Amino acid sequence: MDDPSLDESYSVYRIDITKLAREAIGELELGMRDKDRSKNMFVLGFIYWLYSRNPENTLQYIERAFKNKELIREANIRVLKAGYNYGDTIEAFSSRYTVKPAKMPAGTYRSITGNPALALGLIAAAHKSNLKLFYGTYPITPASDVLHELAKYKNYGVRTFQAEDEIAGICTAIGAAFGGNLGVTGTSGPGLALKTEAMGLAVMLELPLVVLDIQRAGPSTGLPTKTEQSDLLQAVYGRNGECPLPVIAAHTPSSCFDVAYTAVKIAVEHMTPVLVLSDGYIANGAEPWRFPKAADLPPIKADIIKTKENEEKFMPYLRDENLVRRWAVPGTLGLEHRIGGLEKEDITGNVSYDPENHEKMVKIREAKVEKIADFLPLQTIDSGKETGKLLVLGWGSTYGSIKSAVTELIGEGFEVSHAHLTYIKPFPKNLGDLLRRFDHVLIPEINNGQLIKLIRDKFLIDAKGYNKIKGTPITKNELKQAVLELYPK
Amino acid sequence: MKIQAPVKKAVQAEVLVTEGKLLPKDFASTQEVRWCPGCGDYSILKQMQTILPDIGVEKKDIVFISGIGCSSRFPYYLDTFGMHSIHGRATAVASGLKATRPELSIWVVTGDGDGLSIGGNHMAHLLRRNIDVNVLLFNNEIYGLTKGQYSPTSKPNSITKSTPFGSIDHPFEPAAFAMGSNGTFIARSMDRDPKHLQEMLKRTHEHTGTSFLEIYQNCNIFNDGAFYSFTEKESKKQTCLFVEHGKPLVFGVEDQLGIRLDGTKPEIVQIGEKYSMEDLWIHNESDAIKANILIRMESLFPELSLPRPFGVFFKTARPTYEVLMEVQIVSARSRYGEGDLDALIAGNETWTIS
Repeated sequence: MDDPSLDESYSVYRIDITKLAREAIGELELGMRDKDRSKNMFVLGFIYWLYSRNPENTLQYIERAFKNKELIREANIRVLKAGYNYGDTIEAFSSRYTVKPAKMPAGTYRSITGNPALALGLIAAAHKSNLKLFYGTYPITPASDVLHELAKYKNYGVRTFQAEDEIAGICTAIGAAFGGNLGVTGTSGPGLALKTEAMGLAVMLELPLVVLDIQRAGPSTGLPTKTEQSDLLQAVYGRNGECPLPVIAAHTPSSCFDVAYTAVKIAVEHMTPVLVLSDGYIANGAEPWRFPKAADLPPIKADIIKTKENEEKFMPYLRDENLVRRWAVPGTLGLEHRIGGLEKEDITGNVSYDPENHEKMVKIREAKVEKIADFLPLQTIDSGKETGKLLVLGWGSTYGSIKSAVTELIGEGFEVSHAHLTYIKPFPKNLGDLLRRFDHVLIPEINNGQLIKLIRDKFLIDAKGYNKIKGTPITKNELKQAVLELYPK
Repeated sequence: MKIQAPVKKAVQAEVLVTEGKLLPKDFASTQEVRWCPGCGDYSILKQMQTILPDIGVEKKDIVFISGIGCSSRFPYYLDTFGMHSIHGRATAVASGLKATRPELSIWVVTGDGDGLSIGGNHMAHLLRRNIDVNVLLFNNEIYGLTKGQYSPTSKPNSITKSTPFGSIDHPFEPAAFAMGSNGTFIARSMDRDPKHLQEMLKRTHEHTGTSFLEIYQNCNIFNDGAFYSFTEKESKKQTCLFVEHGKPLVFGVEDQLGIRLDGTKPEIVQIGEKYSMEDLWIHNESDAIKANILIRMESLFPELSLPRPFGVFFKTARPTYEVLMEVQIVSARSRYGEGDLDALIAGNETWTIS
């Protein structure tokens, strides 16, 4: 506070918060430690005043939170009011601020954070597909909240299984999927590493499975509470053998609902494990959400064979025109069959060491995942024109910063656009065309450059990266500067 | 893409038996059995196929799940539902299946490496959760599929490919492992005693909760004769102790020897001299304390040259995981009602912008 350099860019006011808070609750019979714990409410009250906001919501919240703790409730309320009144009384502050309500589409909203949104998306998808939701997982930061959330909803038929380790988490989900249920597992980077062999099994079995990865900073234990987008290559490539599976990414807390829902739809309708990427920033960030009606959610068709359809022997690896095999589950007369991690003979699913068959199956599994692009929405431009000098291509939690930076730059007259990827494997079918309509492509990521590798590899485009690997989000200003550096002079 | 299934003769010949009692051959798949000639696994497969028609479960409701190893090829040879999963994880796969499909009869086929080394963690947790699956642990005290390394049940000083100077690991006693993991059904049998093995397989099926059956299985390529003293006629009567609930512990060529307990210490006695049948240790499957002694008696009292026990060592009733899971769902539904999806998505606090 006494650093004179602060005065250069800030108006510095000195408030003895501890003293003022203590004075507000002087006579309450609370220990000094408990009294001092309420001083954050002084600051909150003051900020309510500074931004001309009514503190009623928070007062009600305190009433609820400390319903049975009268003294603590009273202390917090009094200190909050004291902070508010302090702003009113003291004349040091010459200006107050008013933030006008954001212009948002009409509708009914709620507040949502990323992890609960994933949980709700899964439950909604289970209901719409008429499948039992089974979530096998092992606690890990920042993914555990998905488990906490799902564990509450037993009356929705949700079965949560806190496994003994990450591997058991995914393997129980695979077991559930074999039984005709919606098997889901969730984790963060190090846990995803442990699940890789089992993901390979799910690819081989061609059973539906959803794997959530709430990324954190790595490698190894890394920075468990910090955010990073550094599991992308692990998600796309990190398995032994040729082992493709769809990868989709959330970009905001509320988009977690859509992404979880879509992941289930793809998994069930294309008989494949699907990997969902979120990160610590999305998981814990909150935003207003104009939530959908259950009736408006797209249908999900789980094609479980109910009864044997003909007299011929059941062929577990017979495929339809989208290369999707059928889902035959234990308990169905006449469909007894064995599947496993050994290479499958095309159509019959028998174990096969035939070299021609192996190559064929590798290609089929890849083609099956690529075929999913036929069912995905085309990539759109989020902000800016369809063509221009520079495109900022993002994915995941950088959405807000990119949108703000690009919107401002457009306002300043730059020909900049923003596109944000949800579907990373397979890419949307029009992505290559879209990228080629810009002179330059900038890919900002909270990693050392991962999406950029995929884009350059697939489209042979000389994209440039902006990378920040500090465990914190990229800011709008950092991005603006990065865009301007690449922008043609 | 045009869909065309290849129709083979063998496939056409296969008849779906939906009425009447099935026969052992109805449980044999069309896959060629590919264990080494003379492997103990053949007998175990045969006894399994023999009892399956008699366990009172429809073929469509039976699932075999395995991990990796010679034993784990088992599901391919049975015409039931099956999954050959990954190394050590069959127990976890089975847990997820049983938790969501409690009505199925689920069998886990594993070995000493798959079940107690790479999959030891899941094995312990399956047992403590008491999920109602039947675990068949084929113990051959060696890694067969990877061609002859020592396993976590290999005897100390085993000379194997990976231990040319002898193994220095102390081995697991599988039954003691299961007991320590709070298993609710723990038994042992052997590949070369078809009658006993069939009986134990049936008992394994009958138990509600995780059933753990260790089966001594001879690997005639990499560890031939590991159990000969227990499996061969000449020595079997002297080295094996077949325990039965409510019966005294008796063994010997003419059943002339018995085991009595002196406090917690077993003692081999001659029947008919100083001690009669009534003085012997009477096996009680539900006695956890005595089961602990029975299972570990050879290693606890190595100086006594005690026989190796076979049979059901311990059995107790404890609620299964899948039933407790179902109970929670039913009670949550009666308390909060069947969940309404729109209410869930909307949450507790909403606002409207017009």
